[in-house]
Amino acid sequence: MSMERRNFLKLAGISALLGIGGASVAGLGRKGAEASQMEPGPNALTAKRWGFVVDMSKFRTQADIDRVVHACHSIHNVPDFGKDSPHEVKWIWTDAYEHVFPGNEDEYTPHTLKEMPFLVFCNHCAKPACVRVCPTKATFKRKDGIVMMDMHRCIGCRFCMAACPFGARSFNFRDPRPGIREPSPEFPTRTKGVVEKCTACYERLAVGKMPACAEQSNGGIVFGDLEDPHSEVRKLIASHYTIRRKPELGTMPSIYYIIRSNGTGGAEHA
Amino acid sequence: MLEKALSGSKRYWTWIVFLLALAGVGTIAYLYQFTHGLGITGLSRDVTWGFYIAQFTYLVGVAASAVMLVIPYYLHHYKKFGRILILGEFLAIAAVIMCILFIFVDLGQPMRVMNVMLYPTPNSIMFWDMVVLLGYLTLNLVIGWTTLGAERKEVPPPAWVKPLIYLSIPWAASIHTVTAFLYAGLPGRHLWLTAIMAARFLSSAFAAGPALLILLALIVRKVSKFDPGTEAIQSLAKIVTYAMIINVFFFLLEVFTAFYSNIPGHMAPLKYLFVGLEGHTKLVPWMWAAAILAFVGIGLLLFPHLRRNEGILAIALVAVFLSTWIDKGMGLVVGGFIPNPFERVVEYAPTAPELLITMGVYAVGFLVLTVLYKVAVSVKEEIGV
Ligand code: SF4
Ligand code: SF4
Repeated sequence: MSMERRNFLKLAGISALLGIGGASVAGLGRKGAEASQMEPGPNALTAKRWGFVVDMSKFRTQADIDRVVHACHSIHNVPDFGKDSPHEVKWIWTDAYEHVFPGNEDEYTPHTLKEMPFLVFCNHCAKPACVRVCPTKATFKRKDGIVMMDMHRCIGCRFCMAACPFGARSFNFRDPRPGIREPSPEFPTRTKGVVEKCTACYERLAVGKMPACAEQSNGGIVFGDLEDPHSEVRKLIASHYTIRRKPELGTMPSIYYIIRSNGTGGAEHA
Repeated sequence: MLEKALSGSKRYWTWIVFLLALAGVGTIAYLYQFTHGLGITGLSRDVTWGFYIAQFTYLVGVAASAVMLVIPYYLHHYKKFGRILILGEFLAIAAVIMCILFIFVDLGQPMRVMNVMLYPTPNSIMFWDMVVLLGYLTLNLVIGWTTLGAERKEVPPPAWVKPLIYLSIPWAASIHTVTAFLYAGLPGRHLWLTAIMAARFLSSAFAAGPALLILLALIVRKVSKFDPGTEAIQSLAKIVTYAMIINVFFFLLEVFTAFYSNIPGHMAPLKYLFVGLEGHTKLVPWMWAAAILAFVGIGLLLFPHLRRNEGILAIALVAVFLSTWIDKGMGLVVGGFIPNPFERVVEYAPTAPELLITMGVYAVGFLVLTVLYKVAVSVKEEIGV
């Protein structure tokens, strides 16, 4: 049995315990947090600062988008309570340009661009407001830039949700398990009362796999090391006009969105 | 001294049983929330703090009432506050206990609350808020209990409490400042991202806390032989008047900055609160009620001959109390979340279980307050002041 597998089981065991007793695992200390980070295997992908470049022109149909969202939500046991539920939990989803980049649109922005869907997920900010406010270090930044959640330490105060200016975080307002159609044994389920969000597929990186969304995106989501000038993400940033969400707030988001020069942000050869 | 709380009139016990019953209902509602999760509240992914955190924020303000007595009494030797002082300190204790309970009932994983102490995180304002609140609670418990004990024996309080009393002054300011910092340091929440937030918290606290204190003092005088002093009440009323005027002034500064600068993000939450946004108007009637009550309160307090009439004074203070409660206990917290980071409007309203839990916490707070006041008043009656 590989190291990773054992860690999964350990995690699953802990979360099962929590689910039943709602007991505190405070005694686990920082070790508990490290466990949820996993120990990287020999093929682990590493970086100084992981980041994403999102190119929406690569998503031709709604099905292309759904595939990416489903890939993430199914392997991470993200419950589905319906889109209009106030208790919705989501790690990756789309919203229209005018809502993703508020203030960037104006009265003359073409309708097609305003309405165009953009994929959003946690920006894994270099200066994350969520990490700054968390009173228990349940959300913390790893050395490789991934902003992590330790769902066993989180007390559910939701300070991080007030602090994140991107709406990237979800709270388990109820037991998530009834909302999971096909539970994935590879990833722990959560309990009610904790916050969760995209964790950049840390569990896949540890075994040498790319994030699930990137893998399913036909090149629409590129993942790589922002600190490495020769990485694909840096090349894309160098050769395209890119924007980030609310850069003026100083959280330094690590998701770059390519905006095409035809002004639609969309298909390259419109 | 606590035994004083165990003997009382029939009216006293009826009141205690009534509060216990409310607290019991609140506890049952909380158990319901504990098993089902915070989904039983009106909170959502977009408005993640609501009634509980708003009450917490408001009550931090009420806890301030003590310092408005301590400063004149100990720093300016204004002896008229000598009798009412203990009421202020005990009100602070009850208020801080309610604050802690409101935070507790708001947690998604309440059993893990000790994590805040097990993993102290100095970069989190919430960590500091815990530190200052627990400190303020301890200070007021120690100061209130020792000074009252000394008074009972008719000796001056021990010398070691003096430094603690002086310490409690900046400490009272710190609980507001730190609580304001919970909000004022968050990027992207325009209603909260204002340097004047802590100052607004202080002004509103110095209006609301003493307003409640006077109302309580008037009740104490009615139900017991202890008179906190007409002059003390009138002086406190003056403090409420100034603080409330400053509070309204500070709020108008926010309005000016948002609307003269014409920055959409800054105007949006204020618009939501006072005229509604994209047809969503749930808080509009409340906010206008708060505005009207503020002006009624100030209007009645401003004229000395009006406020000297204790009937009118009581009306004015109720107006001030309700106005500040709506402003902080509803508008400020919820308004900060609207519109959401996607500039969409998702509204919030508390649910019935949420209101019952809130009521339960208030019942516990008033129970603590009643017991403490009973002790204080009995001691005062005993020594015949
Ligand atoms: S997007 Fe939000 S949750 Fe993600 S790192 Fe940035 S501030 Fe934190
Ligand atoms: S909800 Fe959890 S992760 Fe968020 S700030 Fe509170 S303890 Fe930290």
